[in-house]
Amino acid sequence: MQVNGFKPKIVAFCCNWCSYAGADLAGNNRLNYPADVKIIRVPCSCRVNPMFVLRAFQRGADGVIICGCHPGDCHYTSGNYYTRRRMSLLFSMLDYLGIERDRTRVEWVSAAEGAKFAATMNDFVEKVTALGENKRLEDLRCKR
Amino acid sequence: MQRIGVFVCWCGSNIAGTVDVQAVSEALKNEPGVVLSTNYQYMCSQAGQDMIKAAIAEHKLTGIVICSCSPRMHEATFRKTAAAAGINPYMVEIANIREQCSWVHKEMEIGTEKAIILGKAAIAKVNLNTPLTPGESPVTKRALVIGGGIAGIQTALDIADAGFEVDIVEKKPTIGGKMAQLDKTFPTLDCAACILTPKMVDVGQHEKIRIFSYSEVTALEGFVGNFTATITKKARFVKEDVCTGCGLCTEKCPQKKVPNEFNLGMDNRRAIYIPFAQAVPKVATIDPDHCTMLKTGKCGLCAKVCTAGAIDYTQKDEVIKEKYGAIVVATGYEPISMEKFDEFAYNQSKDVITSLEFERLTNAAGPTAGKLLRPSDGKHPHKIVFVQCVGSRCENCAEKGKEYCSKICCMYTAKHAMLTRDKYPDTEVYVFYIDVRTPGKNFDEFYRRAVEEYGVHYIKGMVGKVTPEGDKLMVQASDLLADKQLHIDADLVVLAAAIEPDKSARPLATMLTASMDTNDFFTEAHPKLRPVESPTAGVYLSGTCQGPKDIPETVSQAGAAAAKVIGLLAKDKLTGNPCVAHSDELMCNGCSSCERVCPYGAITYTDKEFRMPNRTTLIRRVASVNEAVCQGCGACTVACPSGAMDLKGFASEQIIAEVDAVCK
Amino acid sequence: MQKITRETLVAKASALLAEGMVDRVLGWKKGEFAYDVTPNVFADAASLEKDFVYGDFCGANFSKYLIAETRKGEGKILVFLKPCDTYSFNQLLTEHRFDREKVYVVGIPCEGMADIGKIKAEVGEGILEVESDANGFTVKTLYKGDVKLTAEQALGERCLVCKSKKHVAYDELIGEDGVVIDSARFDEVEKLEKMSSDERFAFWQNELSRCIRCNACRDVCPACSCEKCVFNNPKSGVENKAVADSFEEKMFHIIRAFHVAGRCTDCGECSRVCPQDIPLHLLNRKFIKDINSFYGEYQAGETVGSRAPLVNYTTEDIEPSEAVERGNQ
Repeated sequence: MQVNGFKPKIVAFCCNWCSYAGADLAGNNRLNYPADVKIIRVPCSCRVNPMFVLRAFQRGADGVIICGCHPGDCHYTSGNYYTRRRMSLLFSMLDYLGIERDRTRVEWVSAAEGAKFAATMNDFVEKVTALGENKRLEDLRCKR
Repeated sequence: MQRIGVFVCWCGSNIAGTVDVQAVSEALKNEPGVVLSTNYQYMCSQAGQDMIKAAIAEHKLTGIVICSCSPRMHEATFRKTAAAAGINPYMVEIANIREQCSWVHKEMEIGTEKAIILGKAAIAKVNLNTPLTPGESPVTKRALVIGGGIAGIQTALDIADAGFEVDIVEKKPTIGGKMAQLDKTFPTLDCAACILTPKMVDVGQHEKIRIFSYSEVTALEGFVGNFTATITKKARFVKEDVCTGCGLCTEKCPQKKVPNEFNLGMDNRRAIYIPFAQAVPKVATIDPDHCTMLKTGKCGLCAKVCTAGAIDYTQKDEVIKEKYGAIVVATGYEPISMEKFDEFAYNQSKDVITSLEFERLTNAAGPTAGKLLRPSDGKHPHKIVFVQCVGSRCENCAEKGKEYCSKICCMYTAKHAMLTRDKYPDTEVYVFYIDVRTPGKNFDEFYRRAVEEYGVHYIKGMVGKVTPEGDKLMVQASDLLADKQLHIDADLVVLAAAIEPDKSARPLATMLTASMDTNDFFTEAHPKLRPVESPTAGVYLSGTCQGPKDIPETVSQAGAAAAKVIGLLAKDKLTGNPCVAHSDELMCNGCSSCERVCPYGAITYTDKEFRMPNRTTLIRRVASVNEAVCQGCGACTVACPSGAMDLKGFASEQIIAEVDAVCK
Repeated sequence: MQKITRETLVAKASALLAEGMVDRVLGWKKGEFAYDVTPNVFADAASLEKDFVYGDFCGANFSKYLIAETRKGEGKILVFLKPCDTYSFNQLLTEHRFDREKVYVVGIPCEGMADIGKIKAEVGEGILEVESDANGFTVKTLYKGDVKLTAEQALGERCLVCKSKKHVAYDELIGEDGVVIDSARFDEVEKLEKMSSDERFAFWQNELSRCIRCNACRDVCPACSCEKCVFNNPKSGVENKAVADSFEEKMFHIIRAFHVAGRCTDCGECSRVCPQDIPLHLLNRKFIKDINSFYGEYQAGETVGSRAPLVNYTTEDIEPSEAVERGNQ
């Protein structure tokens, strides 16, 4: 997606068992979503360390989305429950620091939800594109 | 430095149609570590795989990146290819440029650009890959079944029939469980004893099965394939191997006033007893709480009458340690206590009984020899009210009932009503229900027979109050369909008490690190796909300890659990998943955060000695991961603040390298 | 003004040393200036008599020192803990960071500790002595003579919104135990939450830009007790010992706050020691406030062995999308 020459960089962490399979299904069904989305496979959404999210922003990502199995369906029974707590707190903190809240998201996508995966990515990319380039998480010092 | 080979697959036109594969392999040529970058029509074909093998040999490759379809499709294929060519299979990474690129992006330019980035990310990761070897552990070829009800019996028989040794640990003096107390079974109305007791005999006589009755598992350690259980055999003051089960002692014992738990206290037994005629093992047990000899040292009558000389008043609890490869939990259920249900007058009148008590009353081996008589005066009841869902589906009564449906009550109540009408056609039978739930083979037909053939009055509504008046029980209830209040002067009220998992199994769950839900039912590893496995590897679930179920369901689950156990015990060695967590002892704080989030109990702590400056040593608590138990979710890696805990195959460094690559 | 005197503590410490109950004493040692007090380990009554001090500048939380000190010998060490310190003490025990048997805790009451930064802001340089009584503080200065300050002017922010005067751990108590206080400690966080996103960004930009990555906040924090900090761990992928680019101090502070979330007892040491006066405790308090609001009231260190909110869950937890909304209320 491109608006006024701006193409966002989106990092999508997907759990191996549900969301990565959901993304594969979106592909099988040829459901389009913007190529700005780059998927990184993790065994479980609970493998996603808040440091990875911040690292992505640091290196120029404009949006970070974490996808996992629906609560109750985790391949490892409880992983996504920890993800939910960790990301709830992290996102609330980022909002508190004045970071645009639409730059981060957690979405539960099952292996059957190819359509949801594509729709989620379309929506997320649209929102991040509307926000424009991520500047707040990059340069604090120089802007005084 | 790695020597990486990059192989870009066209997948016919599936990839090549929207991704310029030539441009991709060209663009990846100069990435760090890459010594070869090429493309081919079908990488997964024999020719493609041969090409990879040849390249590994020719270019002395240490790492492989395949830009192709999803790793869920062919990761295993390419790992095998790499292994066949002599490099570690975990040195292979896949860039998914089909499902997540060529199939979702229509323009060649965009697809190509993304494919290059995905390729770069995979290269960045492979640069940090290390060879991984799955751990191996031996398997003790013996199973432990905890609980000797129908679930445990069936599981044990199935495992033993496959040729493996099985030990059953049962806390009561006999196996048989709840099913032994039932009269008839729905929906076929065959008698429970007739179908259960032959199985009990099979268990007792099976050369591969040992029964530890009157015993409990008091400690457990180890992991899949390698558990060690401590079993405490309670002293029964009778030599099990000497007692012939003749029962003479149980007739001569002068202590006659012990409430008989097998008949739910509706009659009495002696202080030395055999729970019921078909008990297995058929061995007497002395109840130390009631035996005069054990309490005061005076009596000894049973020892005098025992011709076999089996009585031993000095017997002590015995502790046995045994190794097991697999454990099956079959701890079963109990009906909930009716103490708090004042509205049904359970505490006030002997003629308000639970369904299980009703089973004993209609059972030929029960306290009334199968005659349906009121517990209070021994008269035949002419009007019986059955109340369903007592404590089940109870949304706002958490303090006394359960939110869930107990599942079996609709059917056994229909059975009770039908049997009553069959034996005593002059009895009026009312059943009060919220809904009648009969989803099972021949279940609805069974219920309809109760209504249509046997004339049982089914009334949708709840009983509000039961008041004893004279020798009657005044039942106040509402008929929701007719929208009116009913007053019935019943002779007997039967409460279909909710069932709950055996509370005494909670410490067991802790020992097994098998989780329980809020209702204390054991949690399955996956509610749909792994319903007989607990989240702890090597621990399986059988019967009602996992959730309410009837006998046919219990038996099928028991068989399924046995199949899983057989599958495990049939292996000589267990090969683990090498992508497991690993803790760096030097950085570990020993804080237990990782242990608390681990769903498998794979993390334990040891006190480890570290060398410090000036020849001093320091003993510090550090985490270690049991690789045979860890499933590799990575929850611990984020819980660990120091980063001591990392996940092989998905290390922090590797993921960050991928992040950096896609953000460039 | 503190209710107990230096003499009481010295007498207690000397007695415990004499009877062999402990062989070292962790206490405060006087420095060059009245307000310049440093933690110190005393091995005998003579050194206690000579250097031990207690007063309004003895704010240091000793619990973290116990990790290193308990490793230094077999004998017990005596530690004086103020109510707020005992929460950190319990939290460290929960995390198995030291052996309880090697510590003898004497709980001491606290009337709030003075903040030299605030006092300097009021009276300027040249402070000779600071005295306090029931009416407030008297600062003797070189240039302005005696300056009177109220408790509000002199006490640290963390003490003005003190959460508890109750000791949650001790072997022995001097004076009477206090109670948990329903304090206004989240007011500042709420004020920030009420700002617009741009205002919040401007606020934190201004604050965090001053960070010089001296690591004092990390080094003093009782929750930051890692054997090796993740920022010093080359395998973590985020290793950096100094600021390399403009983002990193923000990354550092967010990660640091996240790592102590659910474990931070809100002792306020991070802000006390920050040479740049960055209100770091407002990051930690945000997490505490969110945890309380999302998952129910939780006070780290209240009991030993409690399960921290981030290593726990319920199936009904709120979603991250709702959390951002609610966190901002």
